[in-house]
Amino acid sequence: MPVPVLAARDVKKSYGRGAARFDALKGVSLDIEEGESISIVGKSGSGKSTLMHLLALLDKPSTGAVELSGRDAGALGGRILNRTRNQTFGFVFQQFFLTPNTSVLDNVTLPLRIAGVGGSERRRRGMEALERLELADKAKNKATDLSGGQKQRVVIARALVNEPRVIFADEPTGNLDTATGAVVEEILFDLNRRTGITLIVVTHDEDLAAKTDRSVFIRDGLVVDRNGASA
Amino acid sequence: MSGLDLIRSAISNTFRSKTRTTLTVLAIFIGAFTLALTSGVGTGINRYIDTTVSSIGANDVMTVTKTVEDTASGPAKYEPDTTNVESATGRPGSTVEAITAAELDDIRAVPGVESVDPVLTARPNYVEYDGGTQYQAAIGGFVSGMSLDLAAGSEPSSDSDTLEVALPVSYVEPLGFSSDSDAVGKTVTFGVTDQTGASSTIEATVTGVAEAGLLGSSSLTANDALTTALYDAQSVGLSSSSKDSYASVSLRFDPASSDEQVSAIKSDLKELGYDATTVEDQIGSFKTIIDAIVLVLNGFAVIALIAAGFGIVNTLLMSVQERTREIGLMKAMGMGAGRVFGLFSLEAVFIGFLGSAIGALGAILAGTALNGVLANGLLSALPGLTLIAFDPTSIAVIILVVMGIAFLAGTIPALRAARQDPIESLRYE
Repeated sequence: MPVPVLAARDVKKSYGRGAARFDALKGVSLDIEEGESISIVGKSGSGKSTLMHLLALLDKPSTGAVELSGRDAGALGGRILNRTRNQTFGFVFQQFFLTPNTSVLDNVTLPLRIAGVGGSERRRRGMEALERLELADKAKNKATDLSGGQKQRVVIARALVNEPRVIFADEPTGNLDTATGAVVEEILFDLNRRTGITLIVVTHDEDLAAKTDRSVFIRDGLVVDRNGASA
Repeated sequence: MSGLDLIRSAISNTFRSKTRTTLTVLAIFIGAFTLALTSGVGTGINRYIDTTVSSIGANDVMTVTKTVEDTASGPAKYEPDTTNVESATGRPGSTVEAITAAELDDIRAVPGVESVDPVLTARPNYVEYDGGTQYQAAIGGFVSGMSLDLAAGSEPSSDSDTLEVALPVSYVEPLGFSSDSDAVGKTVTFGVTDQTGASSTIEATVTGVAEAGLLGSSSLTANDALTTALYDAQSVGLSSSSKDSYASVSLRFDPASSDEQVSAIKSDLKELGYDATTVEDQIGSFKTIIDAIVLVLNGFAVIALIAAGFGIVNTLLMSVQERTREIGLMKAMGMGAGRVFGLFSLEAVFIGFLGSAIGALGAILAGTALNGVLANGLLSALPGLTLIAFDPTSIAVIILVVMGIAFLAGTIPALRAARQDPIESLRYE
């Protein structure tokens, strides 16, 4: 059996202490295989975002462990952790988080700039990513001047530019109308199928979740089955 | 992110909010402009003093006077064997205890002293040229090693036995010379009245014409031979003891003497009851005053800069606030806290650089323009004075200091940015 690219081992996460203590995750275990598409489904406040943050190594679990390719990510130091995040993960956010008044190309190449890739190499790879998303002609435009669908495609280009192994998509279609949303979904699933990038979709939209290989339902910090019973 | 990219990003971020950056840069501009201008005034005046005071005297000469007794506890007792002479430096009419001829030998005996000459005060009644109008003349002595700011001719020779004098520029036309160079080589006549009331004249050759300086702008510079001749002429009728009483004497020492040797001579003289000051001491006190004034002015400029520093804090805090999500995103994408800190503090340093570079440039332009106006107006009586002078080192220091202040101001917002939690920053609600 192959080693899962990401795995949660009885992960618990709580915030605050004493009476104000809040348990966001109460013991979640999860294996994510290389190349699969998986959705983490739950209502707002269910703990799904916390789970994503832990899997994306943005946060550390209170107890339990997150494993990256079978190795405990908790043991990684700050510098290595930053590099791992930069090279392994791509992020697609509901609210795009594009830097205003900055060109589309500059937005797309941000992860490369953080990684310290040289200018010409950056431009080449940035244009390549934009071409894949049919946005090459918009490279010089200001990111804020684009339509919602175009913005989300820029975000996907940005997530792809560093050729990550895993893409986290947090409500990727939440801010888009149905038609544009469908296009963006198609792009994401196409990437997963054709290039084998692991796709982790975090959503409350069950229609979107149904399109992934597998769905994990989260409620009140625990993994449940589709109907809401404890799994 | 590589260092170069970090700098480039910081610079382009600076221009993202143009109005805010412009206002902050303006605040720094004012401080840096003032600082550059005030230190320029300091440089200009000190440079002028350096060139001008070399006309006060040579650098291997000390002026020796008798130590004035402390009169704070009452007047000094009269001692019959002392003579008082008119003070050269004190209040008009005030007297100092004279140094007598015998005492000169005591001073000569001090180790390190090469020669001792009384400072003779020559007071001719007038100077005239070719029977023309007679003008009052104040005579200053000339010792070799001293340098005059000459408009024409050469300095009077201190070794020569011929009577020589350098005229100030202001005497050239009144005396009847057509130009500065016309005066050189001509003979002028001094009128002297001695103690018995008899008048006599002494003729001297004009060797040069001196520019008006900060000091002695209207005095004629005579060589030793002329000074002695004038002194002898005016002293006819004086008793030899009062003729040989001097308010001060000038003492020469080896020009190669170290500072310790010079102060050893001074302390030896002090024990004998004499005060000695070198030219350096005199320049030193000038400079101390100028430096103190400039320091106070610089202080004001620094206060302005510190105020501008708070402007930087404010600007960057707003910037950090505005870019919360961008910072969160960059951190999520693996940008380390150190780099985030670097990004914002570099932005502060760049704002500081902009403000100070533009401020220094503005000060140089304004200073140059002001010099031009002043040289023809207020300061036209002091040719050679460039009131505001800029030296590259002090400009560089100013820019670096401002960048330093900006960096310090930037640390607060930069730390805030560096500590930001990416998850908090990226929350939607």
